[in-house]
Amino acid sequence: MRGMREYRAPYWNEPIILELGSEGERGVMVPKLEEGIAGAVSDAWEYVPEAVRRRRPPGLPELSQAQVLRHFLRLSQQTLGMELGNDIGVGTCTMKYSPKVNEELAALLQDVHPLQDEETLQGVLEVIYRFGHVFLREVSGMDAFTFQPPGGSAAAYTNALIIRKYHEVNGELDRRNEIITTIFSHPCDAACPSTAGFRLVTLYPDPETGLPDTEALKEAVSEHTAGMFITNPEDTGIFNPEIDEWTRIVHEAGGLCSYDQANANALLGVTRAREAEFDLCFFNLHKTFSSPHGSSGPGCGAVGVTEELEEFLPVPVLVQEDGRYRLDYDRPHSIGRVRDFLGNVPVVLRSYAWAMSMGPEGLRETAEVSMINNQYLERRLLAIRGVSKPYNVERRVDQIRYSLETLRRETGVGTNDVANRMVDYGVQSYFKSHHPWIVPEPFTPEPCETYSREDVDHWADVLERVIEEAYADPELVKTAPHRSSGHRIKSEPLDDPEKWAMTWRAYKRKRGLK
Amino acid sequence: MSRKPFVHPYIPNSVPEVKEEMLREVGAWDAEELYAQMIPDRLRLKRPLELPRPLTAELDLRRHVEELLSKNSDCGKHLSFLGAGCWRHYVPSVCDAIASRSEFLTAYAGGAYSDLGRYQAVFEFQSLIGELLEMEVSGIPTYDWGAAAGNAVRMAARMTGRREILVPRSMSPARLSIVRNFCDSANREGRIRIELVDYDPETGMLDLDDLEEKASSETACVYLENPSYLGVIEAHGREASTIAHDNGAEVVVGVDPISLGVLAPPAEYGADIVCGEAQPLGIHMSAGGGSCGFIASRDEERYVSEYPLRLVSVTETEVEGELGFGQCRYERTSYIGRENAKDYVGTTVGLWAIVSAVYMSLMGPRGMRELGEHIIRKAHYAAERLGEIEGVVISFPTFFKEFVVDLGGSGKTVGEVNGALLCEGIFGGKDLSSEFPELGQSALYCVTETHSLANIERLVASLGEVLAR
Repeated sequence: MRGMREYRAPYWNEPIILELGSEGERGVMVPKLEEGIAGAVSDAWEYVPEAVRRRRPPGLPELSQAQVLRHFLRLSQQTLGMELGNDIGVGTCTMKYSPKVNEELAALLQDVHPLQDEETLQGVLEVIYRFGHVFLREVSGMDAFTFQPPGGSAAAYTNALIIRKYHEVNGELDRRNEIITTIFSHPCDAACPSTAGFRLVTLYPDPETGLPDTEALKEAVSEHTAGMFITNPEDTGIFNPEIDEWTRIVHEAGGLCSYDQANANALLGVTRAREAEFDLCFFNLHKTFSSPHGSSGPGCGAVGVTEELEEFLPVPVLVQEDGRYRLDYDRPHSIGRVRDFLGNVPVVLRSYAWAMSMGPEGLRETAEVSMINNQYLERRLLAIRGVSKPYNVERRVDQIRYSLETLRRETGVGTNDVANRMVDYGVQSYFKSHHPWIVPEPFTPEPCETYSREDVDHWADVLERVIEEAYADPELVKTAPHRSSGHRIKSEPLDDPEKWAMTWRAYKRKRGLK
Repeated sequence: MSRKPFVHPYIPNSVPEVKEEMLREVGAWDAEELYAQMIPDRLRLKRPLELPRPLTAELDLRRHVEELLSKNSDCGKHLSFLGAGCWRHYVPSVCDAIASRSEFLTAYAGGAYSDLGRYQAVFEFQSLIGELLEMEVSGIPTYDWGAAAGNAVRMAARMTGRREILVPRSMSPARLSIVRNFCDSANREGRIRIELVDYDPETGMLDLDDLEEKASSETACVYLENPSYLGVIEAHGREASTIAHDNGAEVVVGVDPISLGVLAPPAEYGADIVCGEAQPLGIHMSAGGGSCGFIASRDEERYVSEYPLRLVSVTETEVEGELGFGQCRYERTSYIGRENAKDYVGTTVGLWAIVSAVYMSLMGPRGMRELGEHIIRKAHYAAERLGEIEGVVISFPTFFKEFVVDLGGSGKTVGEVNGALLCEGIFGGKDLSSEFPELGQSALYCVTETHSLANIERLVASLGEVLAR
């Protein structure tokens, strides 16, 4: 190894696209109407009622094609995607490699319309069916899946709607209006049931073990309990060994249990929702099942439920009869829809292709290597001065929430500064923690299976280097980034109604620009 | 569980020697030993998963998936007139070139310095949709039109403290179902009632008398669509807005933005919040996987504070003349607010925001106008030709790219007709007979720039022949 890699991000200082171009330039041309049509119909404006005709052309930019391409290519260069950088730091997100072949396969669906006659959708319906019925049922132990929820939060929301419907059908909704969650579960596990109208009860961890307290759960349940939304392992990477006791307690109170398995990467083939007695679960296909994260979507939250809850799944439900696939809309107790059409079908196709390339051995290997990588990284990180691992549970599953509190105390350099400085080494700014920060000065790396030992070592080396810098020259770290695509922003305008600007037209008005 | 080594190209540390070494480093003999320290015995799966054998060679995998998908047809092989919320428009190559860039495709939630380009591209999406709509605020889009409408009406309900919304009866039932889920609540007091406003049976536009009657001091917002699900251009946006505003309600308008080269931005006729579906802006249909719902509004604190979406704001940096980006009022979102947030947010459709920004940049003002003119004329040509067929009536005369074709006069059902058209290699319009029984045997046809004169003539000939049988 030749020592630490030097990195310099592309720096284009690229203008906003609305500042570029000249009047009259064209990026693409619109085809001329064929004579047979143009000669037979009126002028377009005849078809638009006077009251709703556009009077002023929209203030879009006017650029030629190469200039548009170049602009967005430069913006792409100023983005550290997973495929270029090292995204081990972006924990809870499972930043794994998304195989290129799956992009080409997904592109085969580009021209498919979701309302085509079912006879012409048999191939894609078979893919969806196989992935749900064959793969995810076995991986989770649940009985039925839907792929309609277009993201992880959308899946948690779907689960909230199913639980709402279940209690409504049982005539208990007026009474059962509380959902229990834990502070180390993803924020969507609180926000989604709340959006569906539930009151939230949030349980906090034991300061010694980091585990939510079973006694607290016993006190929290009542005749008002509608259900529980929980991740396991939680953000700390700690697996709650009493999870089946938790589901038992909630069931006994008459509630349902929803398992947030957004990132289930290190559990594939190891432990399942079924054995822990969950009623609902969901997997983020853009995390565990390798569909690309796409600058934050499109994704898919695949929801699995037990047989008892199958009747509540969103319509349409995909069914197989005599080797043919059919979309069933006739489900009287269905929650209806959470997303138009069939959800993000290309995401399902990519995930199916990934799972087919893995098979049972590959899924288990994915889990084991993710978990071993996490132990290996831990060993490296805990050897670095200023890094600590809160809570006294030794073994963590897929990720760990570490703390830089010691570093901050000793140098004044905090976790935000370290994240910014790591960018100067070509490493994506790491994920600190969901809010609130229970762990002070947190960071949460997740070295999933597609990272090599070399990658894991590199990430640890960069963190080590930055922390050395923090002890030697705190200002250097506190003023980072220095070699990135931009410099430290002024954050005060972001929350000031007089100065914030979500569009260029607002910016120009507020800053008095032409 | 002892297993044979399984070296996989996506798992570098699956190489047995490497895995062994790493295990030794962390003080274990095998993975099971470690799992046993984390997960109780009773919860661990003690058998291999029962799944198909892996296709580890890329070539085998490609063959397998291609063979499955070969059972499909699509709108390239068939001639399609389907729309109804997912539309086939031309996607310029530059859109695909940017959509497939590794950096954008595989970024996620990086910081505003390491993902500066992603932040800027999203800001540009917000800015460009803002130009189309003549509105100053938009955010990172949500899943689809339905989710955008659901968020928008809830914003209005929170702003007004009212618990009833008025929506058009002509709304897409699927979209309405999504909105219903947003409006229902486990808490009886929290429920938002949905009142359907009739449409004029002649024009398909909102029945203003019915709107007038239903609007009241309970109304949080009047929601209308332009063009509507049934393709109709709503000419009475101004009147509907006045009725809403007179009752102290917000006006929410859902739009198909591809129409905005020729149709007025809703803000001009009174919209306070605009939502809609950006899929037509350079995003492939992908079996419905191209949906992209946006929300926009005026730049006032009372709107901004109610957005559930992440809002990217431009700001200055410590370097003179340099711009940077950050999140505006991030504590609104569920990432910080948890159960006290404005609805919920999560991974939505970031890539589609970027792609539609590319599309709007390529099209420019002239492209949007020319495309709008092209589509509306072509759709009217198709409708006129179809209307000449015995037994066919075009129901509503004022439309943009979709129109209702009433086949009732032929004595055949839409199902029968579409079945016969399918045999001719044509996907007929969406069957509306169960969604809108009052329209009888009607179908929703969609015509865009992707249809040629020959395509339309082929449909006219086939439909004429099918109906004459």
